[in-house]
Parts: sequence; structure tokens; C-alpha cells
Amino acid sequence: MESVNTPTVSELRKTSLNAVHRRLGAKMVNFGGWDMPVEYPSNGGLVAEHKAVRGAVGVFDVSHMGDIRVRTGKSTGGALAAVQHLSMNDASKLAVAQAHYSALLCPKGTFVDDVIVHRLTEDDFLLVINAGTREKDVSWVRENTKGFDCVVEDLSDSFTQLAIQGPRAIDVMRKLTDASLDRIKNYWFTHGAVCGLTDILIARTGYTGEDGFEIYVPSDPATSEKVWARVMEAGREFGIVPCGLGARNTLRLEAKMALYGHEISDTINVWEAGLDRYCKMEKGDFIGRAALERSKATGLTRTLVGLEMIDRGIARDEYCCCNEAGEAVGVITSGSPSPTLGKNIALAYVPPAMAATGTTIYVAIRGNKHKAQVVPTPFYRRPKTVSAPQVVKTA
Amino acid sequence: MAYPAKYRYTKQHEWADISGDVATIGITDYAQHELGDVVFAELPKVGAKVESGKSFGTVESVKAVSEIYSPVSGEVTEINGVLHDTPEKINSDPHGEAWLIKVRLANPAETKGLMDAAAYEAFIAAADKGKEVSA
Repeated sequence: MESVNTPTVSELRKTSLNAVHRRLGAKMVNFGGWDMPVEYPSNGGLVAEHKAVRGAVGVFDVSHMGDIRVRTGKSTGGALAAVQHLSMNDASKLAVAQAHYSALLCPKGTFVDDVIVHRLTEDDFLLVINAGTREKDVSWVRENTKGFDCVVEDLSDSFTQLAIQGPRAIDVMRKLTDASLDRIKNYWFTHGAVCGLTDILIARTGYTGEDGFEIYVPSDPATSEKVWARVMEAGREFGIVPCGLGARNTLRLEAKMALYGHEISDTINVWEAGLDRYCKMEKGDFIGRAALERSKATGLTRTLVGLEMIDRGIARDEYCCCNEAGEAVGVITSGSPSPTLGKNIALAYVPPAMAATGTTIYVAIRGNKHKAQVVPTPFYRRPKTVSAPQVVKTA
Repeated sequence: MAYPAKYRYTKQHEWADISGDVATIGITDYAQHELGDVVFAELPKVGAKVESGKSFGTVESVKAVSEIYSPVSGEVTEINGVLHDTPEKINSDPHGEAWLIKVRLANPAETKGLMDAAAYEAFIAAADKGKEVSA
């Protein structure tokens, strides 16, 4: 076999928890220029990590993610105006302590990056961005906010970001903070004490399709390692495991969450990616809006669908999709075995005429056509939380 | 996991157990560890020709596809049917139950170019060391 891991090079960037991952025996890979854990074989590896998050709880070091703060300069409203101009969702609808999924668009209506926008105060926003697009995003934001009354700060190196994900994440967090977690709804956040540190951003967000929290602690190694150790210790009784990028990918794929460079990129537009509900055309002008208006009038040539393999075989990123005659019709953007479903699933761009549920699509795998079919997405949806059964007291 | 002394090894992490004119071929413990959870093995059909150093199939884990290169040249006489339904055996018993194919040797002399267990262990130790140093 060929070596799976690209050899790591000294120029790779490291999070403050790099030594912890190596001590845990993680398999490390180069991810967008970062030396990151892909899985922890000593804890059972990718599938065990995936199942821990679906069934209990897992913790991910996602400190490679970047953070851009946009706050108002002199007069109120400057930051909001800048964020509205830069991003496709309607940030004016965000309450303080609320977050939403959004994206920075190119003038063509394609993606600079997808982001989570947090409204810290009326005049202060935090944009959480992807690792691989950090520098590009920061210059994009600086460049495109020049006419606005706002201050842009790159805080990417300031935080160690931990994602604690799974149905038991809340039980772990309860042991680590005095913040009232029950009051933080999905995509809301608070600031509170965590592991003895004050004023820590605690957000009910994630990239796994499960309930969970993301916490942003100071990035110095001593603090980062202390918090990691406390999370692991608090989570032990709930079966917490450290999780790598491998499980992060299979979890987000099952939940049909987009990955930059795969489902979205600077050559794919919002409508093609099916992210319409995060794009608020009626909010006023923003970068990319005009092109999206034209695109809507022209109609789509491709659209993102979910596929399930029928034949034996695993569709992988960049494999070609074809019709029965073997003519190329599209491309797989992400494909993998699904540990939760026990099936081989994929996301693919295909012509709209082939997007209906049940449509047969073939995937070219090493020169052979393998049958797949279009299925509804997301592939996995977490069960609705059921409140604890009432104890009926009898007289 | 110990590397059986009677096997011969390749730099692409396959092993061959040569007995008479038949080689049983598999991937090494090092290889399965690098791959992670194996979910699928695509193997040639009985009667297919394989060539030393050329790919004859793939083993896939959740996250990766790996080509398998034949240590020897010859004709496939048997494939391991057990792997059809339980490919994860490649993780648990890569040197035993999870062999991939058997090949009737076309050129027994070419097996001399393969590593013995000691040489292979030195080879993977050097590979691991390379990873640490560069990290």
C-alpha cells in the first residue's frame, strides 16, 4: 500500500494542543497547512469516535479555525453595516448572544468561505472562519470593509477552540461551568466561567449534527492543556473520547454540512450549493447579490444532491458521476462510508434533471460504473430531545 | 504485532508467504494501522494475472483508499472470501485470517528481492522515526 499520511513538515502550523495529541498517539495529518489529529487509534479510531459523538460525547480540538472580530468604529451601526455588506445572511436579525450560519461571497455569488457570525454586542461581531482560508478571509474582510466605520481584528491565534459534541455534551459542560446552559438554545451563546477561567465564550454550535458546545479559551499552551485535561476528566463518566478530523468529516457529511473546497468553493454559487435559506436577498445589497439575482433568472446547471451507493463500492471525493451510457454528468464532492447508517453515502453535483429522489446515478470507481441513487438529505438527523418521563405518583 | 519470520515483505507494506510455487499475499500490521478502520477490499478474480510491483486491488478504510501492490508475479489461484462480509478482519488479523489472495508464481526468483522480517521491521522503524523528526 502507499503511505496514507503525507509526511509532516516542520513548517506546518500547530495548535496549542499539538503535544497533547501526540502524547495520545493520534495519527497526524497535514490539513490545510496544519498538523492536526485525524484519529486516535488508542481510543478505537475514527468509527469509535464517530459513534461516541452520536451516542455520548466527544471532544475536538478545532483551534485551527480562524476568528475575525468586526466592531464598530466611531458611531453605532458601523459593524453591522460592514457585516451585512460582507455576508449573505441577515445579521440585523441576530440578537446579542445569537449566532448564525452565513458566508462571505465573491462578486460572482460564489464562496470566499462559509462562516458562523456571532453577535457579541450591538456593535461587535465575531466571524468564525475555516483554517485553510484564514489569510484570504482576513484580507477579504479588511479590503471590503474599508468604506465602513468598523475595526477589523484577526483573533485567530488568540483562541484554543474546543468542540464538545454529542447528546451528553451538556452533562460534561455542566461540570465545567456555572453558566445556565439550559438557557442557551441552539446557535446561541453566553460568556461564563469555564474551568476557573472567566468570561469564556460558550456557544451551542458545532459541525457534527449533534447537540454540543464550542468553547473559546486563551490559546497559551498551559491554559489550553489544562482545559483539555479538565474536559476529559469531566467527560470520563459519560464516555468522552478525543475525536479527530476523520470523525469530524463523517459526522458533518451525515448531517450534510458543507465543507469548503468540497461542497462550496469560489466556483460554486449559493443556489447550486442549496444554501438558499441562509441567503437573504431581501435584506439589501451585499457582495454577490447581483450575480445571484442574475443566476436565479438563468436557472441552474447543477445542484447538490445526496447519494447512497447501491452497488458495492465507495464513492470518494472527486470521483466522476455518469449516466447509464457512461457519459460524465457530475462529480462527487464528499463521499464516505457512513458509520451511523452502515451505508456508503456521498454528496454530488448533478444536473437538476437528475436530482429527484430515487434517480439512478452511476459513480465511476477505478474505471467501473457503480450504481447509486439520489436520496433525501440530511442523511442523518438527530432524534428530537425527549423530556424525561414524568413520574406519576399514586396516592 | 510480530512480523512472521517466514514471510517476505515489500516497501509498500505487503507480505508474501511463499510455499512451493504459491504465494499467499496480505497487507502488514503497519499498513492496516496506517489505514484505520477497513471497510472494503476490492480483489482480482481467480485466474487474473498479477505483476510484481503493480497494483492488483484496493483496500479501503473509512477515510482512505489504498492500492495494493503485488510482491510477486503470477496467476491468482484463490481470493479470500472471508473479506467480502468481514473486511474489518484486515485490522484484527492482517498476517493470518485476513490474507488477500494466493498467486501461483511465474518467476520464483523474483522473491529474492523482498525483505525479510528483520529488514522490514528496520524499514518501518526508520519510517516512523522520519515522521517524528519531521514533525
